[in-house]
Amino acid sequence: MKRSVLPVLTVVLALLVIWYGAAVWLNAAWAQDRATRAGVELSLAELVADTWAQDKPKLPAPHQVAVELWETTVEKKITSKRSLVYHSWITLSATLLGFALGTALGIALAVGIVYNRVMDMSVMPWVIASQTIPILAIAPMIIVVLNAVGISGLLPKAMISMYLSFFPVVVGMVKGLRSPAIMQLDQMKTWNASPAQTFWKLRLPSSLPYLFTSMKVAMAASLVGAIVGELPTGAVAGLGARLLAGSYYGQTIQIWSALFMAAALAAVLVGLIGLVQRLVLKRMGMA
Amino acid sequence: MAWIVAGIVAWGLGLWANVRLARLARLPRSRATGLAVPVIFGVTLLVIWECFVRGLGVPSVILPPPSAIATRFAAATHILWEDFVQTAIKGALTGYVLGCGAAFLTALAIDRFPFLQRGLLPVGNFVAALPIIGMAPILVMWFGFDWQSKAAVVVVMVFFPMLVNTVEGLQASDRMQRDLMRTYAAGYWQTLIKLRLPAAMPFVFNGLKITTTLALIGAIVAEFFGSPIKGMGFRISTSVGQLALDLVWAEIVVAAIAGSAFFGAVALLERAITFWHPSQRARAGQT
Repeated sequence: MKRSVLPVLTVVLALLVIWYGAAVWLNAAWAQDRATRAGVELSLAELVADTWAQDKPKLPAPHQVAVELWETTVEKKITSKRSLVYHSWITLSATLLGFALGTALGIALAVGIVYNRVMDMSVMPWVIASQTIPILAIAPMIIVVLNAVGISGLLPKAMISMYLSFFPVVVGMVKGLRSPAIMQLDQMKTWNASPAQTFWKLRLPSSLPYLFTSMKVAMAASLVGAIVGELPTGAVAGLGARLLAGSYYGQTIQIWSALFMAAALAAVLVGLIGLVQRLVLKRMGMA
Repeated sequence: MAWIVAGIVAWGLGLWANVRLARLARLPRSRATGLAVPVIFGVTLLVIWECFVRGLGVPSVILPPPSAIATRFAAATHILWEDFVQTAIKGALTGYVLGCGAAFLTALAIDRFPFLQRGLLPVGNFVAALPIIGMAPILVMWFGFDWQSKAAVVVVMVFFPMLVNTVEGLQASDRMQRDLMRTYAAGYWQTLIKLRLPAAMPFVFNGLKITTTLALIGAIVAEFFGSPIKGMGFRISTSVGQLALDLVWAEIVVAAIAGSAFFGAVALLERAITFWHPSQRARAGQT
């Protein structure tokens, strides 16, 4: 772990340098344009300074995004509509609800598939086929239709998150519930264990590593679902709405700060699951 | 009322047929029953959908019956084809080829330098979990409204999953095998082409398969942020606004077919290239 700190830092530093360079390159045209209109000649230093401090740059420099992030998270009141924390909370609540629903549905389906042959043969192919459909594309329709039925707010977004997050859980859990070796299953039989006992004492515990791995994937997918689900709601609130509003009004700094907030959210959520995974598996003596 | 009764009857019939088939298939698992069970499940679902929508009088602005979708599909083939070319061929396929190609080459470069590997891999893993789709508004702003920006979104979306898989694949060959190549006095390139690339192929194809759906999703969602007046994402978002839900569903059917065909094509290619891998051999033996 410690060995990789230096290379990672180098890569991140290189990315920052590339970013600053790209900001100069992409924003230079606009800076030159303004300078010629004002009738001044820009020196190289002035040009660089200008490209890193524009109001609506094509690519904002990293420090501009950092300043915007600081201003919208720390300096604004949390209840304010301009606070990024407020928008993040809206997205986070939909993500978590969708994730919880999706995980529950996924586990239920997986148990059904493992214990019921008809379900295994009929449902499993459709679960896989359902994911070759770009479900995100249907997101706006689901939102609008549910709105027409009178369901609005948190639930439609959570439904999309659920749809995206149940799939990895189903696949992972089916694999996990089937992971006990035949020897172990036979052992349970010699102890005269009922199917319920086999499930609780053997299959469920041995599926947990698979469950945690797929929960991480599901959480990331769920966040994407919530963000995309916010796009068609008319840009009211949430990180997705910030993205859409930013792209309508050319507020690139706002887009980038929303993007970074989403990235941070994803990192924290996935990291939390990883933490729980380590604690639980250690308690169980598996890690 | 008659429709609802018909729906319930169809439900019972489908369930009964599948239970019978699943019992039959308990003997040797034949290919015909393996195919028939999910087909019956899907057809039953469609019939139930049709019957309940008609029986309960659900307005077609909320959920059109499958028959209405089918007629609309047949009537609007030229629109659907135009959208398909714009989004799937120009946007998704171009981006997919560019993104996967770039990721493959980057993976080769990373593999040569352990320092890069230790630095880039954690960053790549991190980025692969991020809501990359949020980049869409920015890329649309940079590359304009036409298919180029959609291809760019797809490139960014497929790059990291593909990179991580390829790097993992390049490490798949055993130490023994590599040592054997050394005793043959094989150079870096010979080892790469004759041993490590073939050994990496299962992982590469895993990445290629995962990214097929990502590519289509990316291209469609990017169109929500601005597009010319054709394209699947554009048609979906405008038709939802016009409450022409049958057209939306027809577009979804196109997306589903395109997604499945895309996935199927990659899977076929995989079977042709990695015919030696145990997972492929087992499947070949089964049929």
